Amino acid sequence: MNIVNFTPEAAALGGALIGLAAVVLMAGLGRIAGISNITYTLVDDWRAGRVGGWRLAFVAGMVLGAAGYYLATGASAVPPRELHPVWLVVAGLLVGYGTALGSGCTSGHGVCGLSRLSARSLAAVCTFMATAALTVFVVRHVLS
Amino acid sequence: MTAVMGLLAGLLFGLGLAVSGMTDPLKVQNFLDVAGTWDPSLAFVMGGAVLVTFVGFRLAWRAGKPWLDACFHLPTASAIDRKLLTGAALFGIGWGLAGYCPGPALSTLALGNHEVWWFVPAMVAGGLLQRWQASRTV
Repeated sequence: MNIVNFTPEAAALGGALIGLAAVVLMAGLGRIAGISNITYTLVDDWRAGRVGGWRLAFVAGMVLGAAGYYLATGASAVPPRELHPVWLVVAGLLVGYGTALGSGCTSGHGVCGLSRLSARSLAAVCTFMATAALTVFVVRHVLS
Repeated sequence: MTAVMGLLAGLLFGLGLAVSGMTDPLKVQNFLDVAGTWDPSLAFVMGGAVLVTFVGFRLAWRAGKPWLDACFHLPTASAIDRKLLTGAALFGIGWGLAGYCPGPALSTLALGNHEVWWFVPAMVAGGLLQRWQASRTV
């Protein structure tokens, strides 16, 4: 093991902001800040002819919030690597299908579910952390 | 008013993702790479987020109802079944492959990162495919 680029302060601060966002959504609208569910419901609504609402505002806010940080710091959001688009599409399909089937992702099961002390969410988090770590291990240390 | 609340929550969420480093897929993959170049930072993201959310949710629930709705919309499912675990397992494989979970991928759509222009449409297609399948079998 070799620890790199460890940034605990920024990570904890960013995490606290994410938590604050989840609290605003719960206190204001009574909703779980689960990004996968918000996204698919937004698209389903749009296909059914219903446009707008808090979900659209939330996703727009996410894009603007991240953009604000990158504009203010001048950092680049483009990762320095060559990853073939086929892998991005395969990964996207797995993330999309998996989060819909498992009813949540890092935000819904991770942040909100763990905070609600949900055993179901804890099981989901342990499962996706394990398969994600295993996948990175295979890609970085077995295949290459 | 509900849209304003959604926008505010979204702004905080997107800013938090960027500040924490979650929007950098290589940092995410390093977090997952315990056997190699390990970056434990993201454990602090989850720790900070859960700490604030754990306390904040309880304060919010104490009010009895949210400001702009009649009741809280909390998940009712509690079963740890094959669907949950299969879904989570598939999600993890995709997350490890590219280093993006849904929030960070959506957040960086407007930042010139071509990777998410491939990833996000595929993610939405995958999510809608599963929902379509589920609506047919019920």
